[in-house]
Amino acid sequence: MQITQILFLIFAAIILGSAFKVVTTKKMIHAAFWLIVTLFGVAALYAMLNAGFMAMVQIVVYVGAIAILFIFAIMLTRKELLDSAAPLNKNWGVAALFGLLSFGGLYTLLRNWEGFSNKASALSTDVDMITELGTALVTPNAYLLPFEVASVLLLAALIGAVYVANEAKSD
Amino acid sequence: MEFWKDPINTIFASLLKSFTSGGMSEILATILIWLIGILLFVTFAMVLDIFLVWIERKVVARFQDRLGPNRIGPFGIFQPFADIVKLLIKEDITPVGADVIMFNLAPIFSMMSVLLLWAIMPFAPLMVGVDLNVGMLYLVAAGSIGTLSVIMAGWASNNKYATMGAFRTVAQMISYEIPMVAAILVITVLAGSMGAVGIVEAQEIPFIFYAPLTFIIFLISAIAELGRSPFDLNEAESEIVAGFHTEYTGMKFGLFYAGELLHSFTFGGFIALLFFGGHRFFGLEELGPIVGALIFIGKALFFYWVIMWVKYTVPRIRIDHMLAFNWKFLTPLAFILLMVTALVGRLFLESNWLVPALFLSNILIAWLTVEYLKSHARKEREKEEALKPSTQMTQH
Amino acid sequence: MIPISWYLILAAALFSIGLFGVLARKNAVAILLGVELMLNAVNINLVTFWRYNAPETVTGQVFAIIVFAVAAAEVAVGLALIISIYRNRNTIVADDLDLMKW
Repeated sequence: MQITQILFLIFAAIILGSAFKVVTTKKMIHAAFWLIVTLFGVAALYAMLNAGFMAMVQIVVYVGAIAILFIFAIMLTRKELLDSAAPLNKNWGVAALFGLLSFGGLYTLLRNWEGFSNKASALSTDVDMITELGTALVTPNAYLLPFEVASVLLLAALIGAVYVANEAKSD
Repeated sequence: MEFWKDPINTIFASLLKSFTSGGMSEILATILIWLIGILLFVTFAMVLDIFLVWIERKVVARFQDRLGPNRIGPFGIFQPFADIVKLLIKEDITPVGADVIMFNLAPIFSMMSVLLLWAIMPFAPLMVGVDLNVGMLYLVAAGSIGTLSVIMAGWASNNKYATMGAFRTVAQMISYEIPMVAAILVITVLAGSMGAVGIVEAQEIPFIFYAPLTFIIFLISAIAELGRSPFDLNEAESEIVAGFHTEYTGMKFGLFYAGELLHSFTFGGFIALLFFGGHRFFGLEELGPIVGALIFIGKALFFYWVIMWVKYTVPRIRIDHMLAFNWKFLTPLAFILLMVTALVGRLFLESNWLVPALFLSNILIAWLTVEYLKSHARKEREKEEALKPSTQMTQH
Repeated sequence: MIPISWYLILAAALFSIGLFGVLARKNAVAILLGVELMLNAVNINLVTFWRYNAPETVTGQVFAIIVFAVAAAEVAVGLALIISIYRNRNTIVADDLDLMKW
C-alpha cells in the first residue's frame, strides 16, 4: 500500500461517513456541519488530483459561502418540534432501494468501460495551470462565453433571491 | 556560511542525515522532520502571541495617556504570563443545553484559522512554509474557517445574545471579504502572480506607490474582517455583552482573544507583504534570509501598530452604518479601482510611466469619490433642511 | 498509483447517498443538502476525468468551475424560496406543502 493510496482511503472514509451522517442525522444544524466536513474532504481530494485552484475555490465558495447560507437558513426556519421528529419520511425504504440501484447501475456501467483501471499519467511541470486556466476563461475561442453566461446567471440569482426573500416587507 | 545563506534546507539536510544514519527509513524521517519543523514554527507563533499581548496593553495605555502594566518584571514584560496563569485557573463552565462538541471545537477552529495562515507567510524567499501558487486565495479560504468558528461558537452557546452576536459578526465578516478580495485582485494584476513569494519578487518599487487607494481599502476591510474597532460592535461590552464568545470562560476565551491578536499581527504581515515589499528594505535583505525575516517581522509589527492606532482612536460604528458602508461604498469603489488598474496597467505595460500613471489615476479616483460624497452630503442636508419646521433656529 | 476506478466509485457512492437524502428526508433544507452532495459528486467526476484523460487541457476544471457557480446560484434562490414559504405557512416539512394555491 503506497502512502497516496492510504491517504485516499482516509479521505474517502471521511467523505462517505460524513455524507451518510448528513442524510440521517436528526438535528438539522448537525447535518449542516457534517456537510462542511464532507466539503473539506472533497477539497482534500481535489488537492490530491493536482487541482490546487479547485481545492481553494471549493473552500472559499462552498464552505465559506454556501454552507454558511445553509446554517443561516436552518436557523431562520427552525421550529422546536421539528428537530425531535424522525428525520426520514415514510418512503425511506424505497429511497434506499433507489440509492442502491443507482450505485449498482453506475458501477456496472463503469466496469464495462475499458479505461476503468487507468493509472494517472505524470503531469508536465513546465505549464503553469493557473495561467492556463485564466487564459482559457477569457479567450473568445475557449471558454469566454460560458464564463459570461455564468456571471449573468449569478446576477439573476442575486436579484431573484433578494426579491423573493424581501416579500414580507413590501406587503 | 552555508547556514546563513539557506538556513532551513541546511538544518533539514543535517537532521535527515542524522536520522537515516540511525536506521530510520527516509520517508519516515522526512515526515518526522516536517512535523518537528511545524511544531517549532507554531511554537514561535504562540510565543510571539504572548509578546503581542504585552505590546497591546502597553500601546493602549500610551494612547490613553497612562503607563500600562509596569509591576511584573521590567516594564511589565511578564504581565502576559500572569494573564495566562489567571485564565488557566479559572473555572471552565459549559452552559446547560450547549452542544458540547461544537462548544469546545469553536475556539480551536478560531486559532486554527490563524495558524493556517502562517504556512504561506514569506519571511524570506527561502524561509517560507510552503510556496503555494494560489497563496492569496488560501488567505481568503482561511478567513472562511474563521467565519465558521464564529457560527459554531454562537450556536453552541445556547444563548440568544450569543447567537445574535454571531449572526452579526458573520454578516460583517462575509460582507467585508468582498472588498478585500478585490484589493488582493488588484495586487495580483500588478504582480502577475497569486503566490506570496511571486508578489514580493515583483515589488521592485513597493506596490503602495502603484495603488495607494487599494491599500486604504485593504486596511479597512482587514480591520473589519478581524472584528476589531471601529468594527467591533459584535463584542462591544456595553451593547451585547460579549457577542458570540459570551459563554466562554477561562482558557477558551483566552484562545479567542489571543487568536484575535495573532490574527491582527498576521494581517499586519500581509499588508507588509502586499503593499510594502515584504522582506525588502533598500537592499538590506541581500545579507541573508535571517536579516530578511527580521525586516519582515519589523514591518509586520509596524502595521500591527497602525491597526492598533486605528482601534484606539476611532469610535465604534453602528451595524447598519457598517453594512451600508461596505455595500454602497467600499465594494463599488474596489471594483472600479480593479478595472481602472487593469486598464491603465495594460495601456502603460512595460513603460516607465506605469507607476506615475497608476498613482495619478488613484488620486483622480480618490478626488472624484470625495466630490461625489460632498455632493451627496449636500443633497441630504438640503432634504433635512426642507423637512425641519421653519420656526427652529438653525446655524450652519 | 491510484487507478481511476477508485475515484469514480467514490463519486458514484457520494451521488447515491445524495439521492437517498433527496428522496427520503422530510425537511426541505435537508433535501437541498442532498442536492449539494450530488453536485459535489459530479465535480469529483469532472476533475478526475480531467486529471486522468486530458491533463494538458483545462476543460474539466472550467466545467467544474461553472458547476460551482451554478450550485451557488441554485442554493441562494432555493433557500430564499424556503424562507419565504416558512414565513407564509410556518412549516417546511415537504409533505405538508402540498397545495398549489390556498
